Amino acid sequence: MFSIFTKEISAFFSTLIGYLVIGVFLVAIGLFMWVFSDTSVLSYNFATMEQLFSIAPLVFLFLIPAITMRSFAEEMSSGTLELLFTKPLTINDIVLAKYLSNLTLVILALIPTSVYYVSIYMLGSPVGNIDTGAVIGSYIGLFFLGGSFVAIGMFASALSRNQIIAFILGAFLCFFVHWAFSYIANIRTFSGGLDLFIQKLGINYHYSSISKGLIDSKDIIYFLSVIFLFLYGTVLLLKTKR
Amino acid sequence: MSVVVSGLSKIYGTQRAVDDISFSAKPGEILGFLGPNGAGKTTTMKMICCYSTPSEGTASVEGYDIIKSPLSVRSNIGYLPEHNPLYEEMYVKEFLQFVASIHKISDKTKRIAEVIELTGLGHEQHKIIGTLSKGYRQRVGIAQAIIHDPKVLILDEPTSGLDMNQLLDIRTLIKELGKEKTLIFSSHIMQEVEALCDRVVILNHGVIVADESIQSLRSKIAGQTEIRVTFAQADINLDAFAAIPNVERILRKEDGYLIIVSGERDIRSQIFETAVYQQLTIIEMYKEKANVEDVFRKLTKNTADV
Repeated sequence: MFSIFTKEISAFFSTLIGYLVIGVFLVAIGLFMWVFSDTSVLSYNFATMEQLFSIAPLVFLFLIPAITMRSFAEEMSSGTLELLFTKPLTINDIVLAKYLSNLTLVILALIPTSVYYVSIYMLGSPVGNIDTGAVIGSYIGLFFLGGSFVAIGMFASALSRNQIIAFILGAFLCFFVHWAFSYIANIRTFSGGLDLFIQKLGINYHYSSISKGLIDSKDIIYFLSVIFLFLYGTVLLLKTKR
Repeated sequence: MSVVVSGLSKIYGTQRAVDDISFSAKPGEILGFLGPNGAGKTTTMKMICCYSTPSEGTASVEGYDIIKSPLSVRSNIGYLPEHNPLYEEMYVKEFLQFVASIHKISDKTKRIAEVIELTGLGHEQHKIIGTLSKGYRQRVGIAQAIIHDPKVLILDEPTSGLDMNQLLDIRTLIKELGKEKTLIFSSHIMQEVEALCDRVVILNHGVIVADESIQSLRSKIAGQTEIRVTFAQADINLDAFAAIPNVERILRKEDGYLIIVSGERDIRSQIFETAVYQQLTIIEMYKEKANVEDVFRKLTKNTADV
C-alpha cells in the first residue's frame, strides 16, 4: 500500500500537477484575501480569516475533482489498472493508498495558508486580535471538507474511463453534496419538519457549524461517514469492472 | 502440476467467451496458448491471474485456488497483460522499483539490476517508459513480470507488433525463462508456438479443440501428402495424373496444381513420367512440408462450421 502512495505522490511532483494545484489554490485564495477590494481583509477592517474559509470550498470544488479525476479514469483507459489488480494488492489497499496520496496533496496546498493567519495576527490592532479558536475549527472543517471532496472525486473517477467525464461528474457531485441540500431544504414544501433534516444531509451545514469553532462529534461523524460511503462506493465500482 | 485449470467458463450475457475448459501445465514446460482472435485466450489468462472472475469452474496456481486465495496466486504469478500497459511517465528503473516494492522484495537494488541484465534493458534503464520503442517496452513488461521470480509466468501475446530482431530476442528470452518456470504464453502465430513450445492448447470459440504435444500434432496430418506441380503448358488433361495410384484428388491453384496423395507416399517420379508421356514440361514440382499451421487451420475451421 505504501508503494502506491509513494508512487502517486511522486507522480504529482514529477509532473506539473502537484505544483499547479498548490500554486492555483494559493493564488486564488491570496487574490480574494488580499487583493480584490470586495473581499480583501485590508478593506474589510476586521481581523478574520472568514474570506479564506468561505472561498476555499469553491476553489476546492474545481481543484479537487481535477486532482482526483486521474486516479482511476487514467488507469482504466491506459490499462494499468489490470497491472495493479494482478499484483498482490487488495482493492481496499489500492483505493486507500490513492485516497491518502490525493489528500496529502490537498493538505500540502492548505499548509502555506497558515502564513495568512500569522499576517492577520500581526496586523490586528492590538496584535493578536483574532479568534484563534474559530480559525483552528475552520481549518479542521476545511480538512474534512477536502477529505470528503477527495472521496467524492475518486468515486467519480471510478465511474468513467474518460478523465473529462470524471472531472465534470466529480465537480457536480461535490457541488451537490456540499450546497444542493441547503437549497433543497429552502423549498417551501419541506418547511417545518423535513427542512432541517435535509439541510443536515449536506456538507455545508456541518462545515459552517465546525467553522464557528465548535467541534461537535456529530459533525466529525458526518464527514467520516461521507468519506467512508464514497470510498466504499469506489471499491464496489472497481469490483464490477473486473 | 503448478497450474491446473478445471472447468473454467466465462459468460458475457448470453455469450460463452470461455466454455468449460480444463488443462494443466507443469514446471519446465512452455505451454503455447493458441487460437484465432476472440477465441478466449486473453479471457482465460485474465481469470488465471485473478483479474476477472470466472462464471463457472476454477483454477489453481501452485496449489492456491484463484477464488479462495487470490493474493497468494498473484504473488506466485508473473503476468504480462495483452497490450502491455505501463506507466508512461515513469522512468524504467523507477517503475521496476515500484513493482519490486509492491512485491516486498528484500534486496531491491540487486534484483532490479539482475532483471535489467536479463531482459537487456541496460542502455534504456534511465529513460522514460513513454519514449521507449515497442521492443523495449515489451522487455520492461517482461521485467516487471519476472521481478519477484515467480514460479508461474503468463505472457499474453508477448511478441505481437515486434520487428524480426526484437521478435527473436524476446523468443530467446522466453525459451530461457521457460527452462525453470511454468510458462504459458498466448499467440495467434503458429510458427512461433511451433518454435517455442513443448505443448500446445488450441482454443476456438471458447472451447479447447486440441491439447497435445507439438509432435503428436504434427503426426495428425501425416494422413496425406501434397505435391505442388506447375507446368509450362496452359491446358492440361488431368485424367492421366488422376489415374496414378493413390492420388485422391487434384486441385487447381492459381499457379499450378495441387495433387493430394493418400498416405505418406512420394509419387513425384510417377508424376514426372506421366508428364513426359503426355509431352508436358514441368517447370516446378515440390512436396509440401506438412506443418502445424495446417492442423491449426483445420481445427479452428471445423468448429467454426459446426
